[in-house]
Amino acid sequence: MPTIRLSVPDTAKKSEVIEIKAMIQHPMETGYRRGQKGEVIERDIIKFFECHYDDKLVFSSEFFPGIAANPFLTFYVRAEKTGELTFKWTDQMGQSWSDSASLKVT
Amino acid sequence: MTNQPKNLIETPLQRRSILALCMSSVALAALPGTARAQEENDLRTLKRDLFGDRKINTGRVTVTIPPISENGNSVPFSVDVDSPMLEQDYVKQIVILSPLNPEPIISRYEFNPAAGRAAIATRIRLAGSQNVEAIAEMSDGTLWQGSATTLVTLAACVIG
Repeated sequence: MPTIRLSVPDTAKKSEVIEIKAMIQHPMETGYRRGQKGEVIERDIIKFFECHYDDKLVFSSEFFPGIAANPFLTFYVRAEKTGELTFKWTDQMGQSWSDSASLKVT
Repeated sequence: MTNQPKNLIETPLQRRSILALCMSSVALAALPGTARAQEENDLRTLKRDLFGDRKINTGRVTVTIPPISENGNSVPFSVDVDSPMLEQDYVKQIVILSPLNPEPIISRYEFNPAAGRAAIATRIRLAGSQNVEAIAEMSDGTLWQGSATTLVTLAACVIG
């Protein structure tokens, strides 16, 4: 299980735009590198990231080998109501990891 | 005891020669012009595949990247698009493109008005000094582009 780090404010005012930081531990192997015997190291990357606010998709992204190891992402969400923010990463094989944080809107 | 100061003098010299060796290998890897032109062609094809013949305007997109990146494996990158992010006018997607990397596309981000602000920050890999581009597609279908140049001292693919 990779380490996931999230930075989400606990509370926010209604319609305030909040900054979210999300990082997952992953090598993001490009498939262009070679090992000690000259063999190609196979590609292993995270392909998709999604952020749901309650059940609504608010932000998503697609990654390519040009994203550095341990993909880190800062993005923004407008706080509308108290709810759950869910973050989901999916790799090229379809395996996924997720984590969530709750946001209280005052 | 007599050996101690001698070692101290030698170390920086050794370090300097190792550094010089690294630099020359980077220069060698800075590939001939033909290969570079090929990459640029790929980027043009990709742009046509993504956006067709639509006009790409300059402006509204601000790309921030350090002028010098010491490690091409992890370059801090951020992009901010000037948009009110309202139901009638918002940023649909942002695409980050590189003219020099083995793959011209670095990443793609999709937004909707619930995001409140069309901006992201991440860390990217760069295969050499280049002008990184970001193209934003608005909800009305218009395209806006911004770019920034960085000097990469150790490219991602060279040091692996």
